[in-house]
Amino acid sequence: MTITEPELRTTATTWEPVCDLKRLTPGRGVAALVDGAPVALFHLGEGETFAIGNVDPFSGASVLSRGIVGDVDGVPTVASPIYKQRFDLRTGRSIDDETVAVSAYDVRVVDGICEVRPGGTLP
Amino acid sequence: MSSIPTQRGDRTTGSRPTVLVVGNGMVGHRFVEAAIERGLSSTHRIVVVGEERRQAYDRVHLSALFDGFTPADLALAEPNLYDEAGVEAILGETVDRLDTAAHLAVTSSGREITYDACVIATGSAPFVPPIPGTDAAGSFVYRTIDDLEAIRHWAAGCRTGAVVGGGLLGLEAANALRLLGLETTVVEFAPRLMAVQLDDGGGRALLHHVEGLGVSVRTGAAAAAVRTTPDGRVAGLSFSEGEDLDAELVVFAAGIRPRDQIARDSGLEVGERGGVIIDDRCATSAEDVYAIGEVANHAGKVYGLVAPGYAMADVVAARLAGEEAAFTGSDTPTKLKLLGVDVASVGDPQAVGDEVVVSDPRTGTWKKVVVDAAGNVAGAVLVGDVDAYPLLVQAVRGSIPTPDLLSLLQPASGEAGSGPADLPDEAIICSCHNVSCGTIRKAVDDGCETVADVKGCTKAGTGCGSCVSLIGELVDARLIAAGKTVEKRLCPHFELSRPELYEVVRATGIRTFAELVTKHGTGTGCEICKPVAASIFASLGSGYILDGEQAGLQDSNDHFLANIQRDGTYSVVPRVPGGEITPAQLIAIGEVARDFDLYTKITGGQRIDLLGARVEQLPAIWGRLIDAGLESGQAYGKSVRTVKSCVGSVWCRYGVQDSVKLAIDLENRYRGLRAPHKIKLAVSGCARECAEAQSKDVGVIATEKGWNLYVGGNGGARPAHAVLLAEDLSTEELVRSIDRYLMWYVRTADRLERTAVWQRKLPGGIDFVRRVVMQDELGIGAELEADMEAHVGAYRCEWTETLESPERLARFVSFVNTDLPDPSVTHVRVRGQRIPETTR
Repeated sequence: MTITEPELRTTATTWEPVCDLKRLTPGRGVAALVDGAPVALFHLGEGETFAIGNVDPFSGASVLSRGIVGDVDGVPTVASPIYKQRFDLRTGRSIDDETVAVSAYDVRVVDGICEVRPGGTLP
Repeated sequence: MSSIPTQRGDRTTGSRPTVLVVGNGMVGHRFVEAAIERGLSSTHRIVVVGEERRQAYDRVHLSALFDGFTPADLALAEPNLYDEAGVEAILGETVDRLDTAAHLAVTSSGREITYDACVIATGSAPFVPPIPGTDAAGSFVYRTIDDLEAIRHWAAGCRTGAVVGGGLLGLEAANALRLLGLETTVVEFAPRLMAVQLDDGGGRALLHHVEGLGVSVRTGAAAAAVRTTPDGRVAGLSFSEGEDLDAELVVFAAGIRPRDQIARDSGLEVGERGGVIIDDRCATSAEDVYAIGEVANHAGKVYGLVAPGYAMADVVAARLAGEEAAFTGSDTPTKLKLLGVDVASVGDPQAVGDEVVVSDPRTGTWKKVVVDAAGNVAGAVLVGDVDAYPLLVQAVRGSIPTPDLLSLLQPASGEAGSGPADLPDEAIICSCHNVSCGTIRKAVDDGCETVADVKGCTKAGTGCGSCVSLIGELVDARLIAAGKTVEKRLCPHFELSRPELYEVVRATGIRTFAELVTKHGTGTGCEICKPVAASIFASLGSGYILDGEQAGLQDSNDHFLANIQRDGTYSVVPRVPGGEITPAQLIAIGEVARDFDLYTKITGGQRIDLLGARVEQLPAIWGRLIDAGLESGQAYGKSVRTVKSCVGSVWCRYGVQDSVKLAIDLENRYRGLRAPHKIKLAVSGCARECAEAQSKDVGVIATEKGWNLYVGGNGGARPAHAVLLAEDLSTEELVRSIDRYLMWYVRTADRLERTAVWQRKLPGGIDFVRRVVMQDELGIGAELEADMEAHVGAYRCEWTETLESPERLARFVSFVNTDLPDPSVTHVRVRGQRIPETTR
């Protein structure tokens, strides 16, 4: 399985504001372009946010933001809407195939605005 | 793929001994697998020589190549299995010479391989009768993927085709030609189809099915020559008696002959009618040379089926690993699906004795069991319904006493007859991998609790797959017998099954997932339990499905009210009730498709699919469709889809009722009903059944006096015929019955369980369904009708509701922080339309 993430960038020191936290439905994701890279941003409620690469490596489609979030033994996950493989929201690693992963991005909420640090890291 | 070093083998130098496998077909591959399983790949050097450039593939299902499968789908092993096990594969070469004294093989490219053991698995070649014209352009055999590619290529310019041979292979070939769209005729020398396995009655039943598929059959016909055009192309067949047949393509599939030339050339003993003679060890007359599969001749018999070949492969692998094993012949019970018809043959169906025959010409079923003078089952033939197969196999083998044949052969009803629990431990469940009932039971005792567990630890069900449902029943029966509960839990977050969860929601009035998972589950939920909860909330009428917390529960399809496609775009399907559409609506759909450049296709449910819409285009597309008077078709939901209809008595000269009006009324009544799985309906205006109602979850067929109601049918991978529930109903009675049936299904079925499986699994089966739905035996009729009335009254088009609210529209963006369309979605144009660029 090849990983079709955009090539790894060095982690930036600046943060990029993405959207108002209110745009995020708790328990769902949205997609954003962060420094040109498609990123899936999730809000699990009570300010808990995660961001991982949006491109599903199993299908090549830019869709992970549209998956269903949940947990596997307490690990927060999203399941790709295409073939249902699950990814660890904290690290980007696939739960169903440990050799596959997407990048994970740092996220923070400042004054109600979600900010993402460009250039994610692969686990 | 590893390549082999060119130096000679090391037989004399004391390093690992070499096992040479000549042939990489199904049986040759099975031997390699069995060798790897026994650890031979680490103690031996295993070298495989295969004539085809492809690694072993499934020849049994070749015609699937014309039904959407790719050659890769037919591959028998992961591409790197051989590499990982250190097995050397030399593909695209043959072994041309064996020096059995020197233990030396020479391949077509001149490689020399010294072996310690040689396994010949060269299989068989199609038999082409010695008649004139078989070398004409357009004349083919049917054995390899390359053969099929050549047939596909030639067939492109043809309208008609003929298959010589009406046995297993011939009917497979006929299916292939049919799938290519050719008018196909099967020519069989014997007086019936499948002459070796079937008796006359079974042959007639099969003929009925085959002709029903539009394939013509000529039995008792001896082809005398292939007719050709002046430029040497196939023009048809001529016969020793009777009219000529026109055909632009001819496939010879009239039996097989062992490919034993290498054995003949090397001085091995060969049978009178071909085949390398082997003993019970599968050893040939030459030292350290074995033969397995269709090339082998055991006790005067050459087997043309894969299962005995697999058994021989296992014997040789076991013996090379130092185990005791013997092949003592096979009674070759056969069960297969030919052209969609289940056919089985057990023992000797032509044996002399008393015959018990159950035959139903309407459905094309023929079941015959022959009982010998001592009262034992000697043989059996089953066509159209093969449920009795496993027990008959055991009865022929003598491992169970003769069962009560009349009840065994009764048409399949919901009633469980002799269940799998009655099978003896010796009964072979998976004949591909030779796994017995006892092995599966032991696996369950050792901790396997699901079919997937059993597949993993026994390999049962990983061959042709025809035994998988039987394995499921065995696992459940064993767990129950051991006092364990059969795993029905929905997912790791809920111990409850879907029907139990439905009852909880109905009884408690809980309408949020947070409350449900806190009070009745654990954790935060997942992609399995969340959509189930959302569907239950929707069935119990909790309004717009995307408001508040419900938004987070929906599958991506429900979340965007459209069907996600492989490239992340969506399809749009407006509702076309009963398949009736005005020219103005048709034009509106066409204009939307043109303006948004959407790929357009007619669906099987009599509506129109528009594909390739990006998420941010969906609101604009639906705005225009709704303005044209259309509404959401809910193709995205596990919900009622369509009610298909024929034109009925309004136009058709055979119609006896207005099927279109009823279909529209039913679709408008049940639209939007969310369920454990999709639900399809159909209405036919007369017994000709043009709407195919008997393949639907709910099917209605008009009679002179009213309507007949069928339930529990479906198409797809495991097609099921609907069962007649009631006859000659008035429209009012019909609607009430469907209300009850559907609502009861919504309440009590498991997740992703369609009506066919649900009603079969109900205790008492279809008779119970009839008593509950028609006679209200459980006294829940009024409640079910009221639930349905509530649904009908609360229905609103989800897209109309969405477009009314800017807040609801906010989710329809590709990116939350820019208006740019998704750059990863790219297209190419094919046949005048736009399709995803990354098509496999």
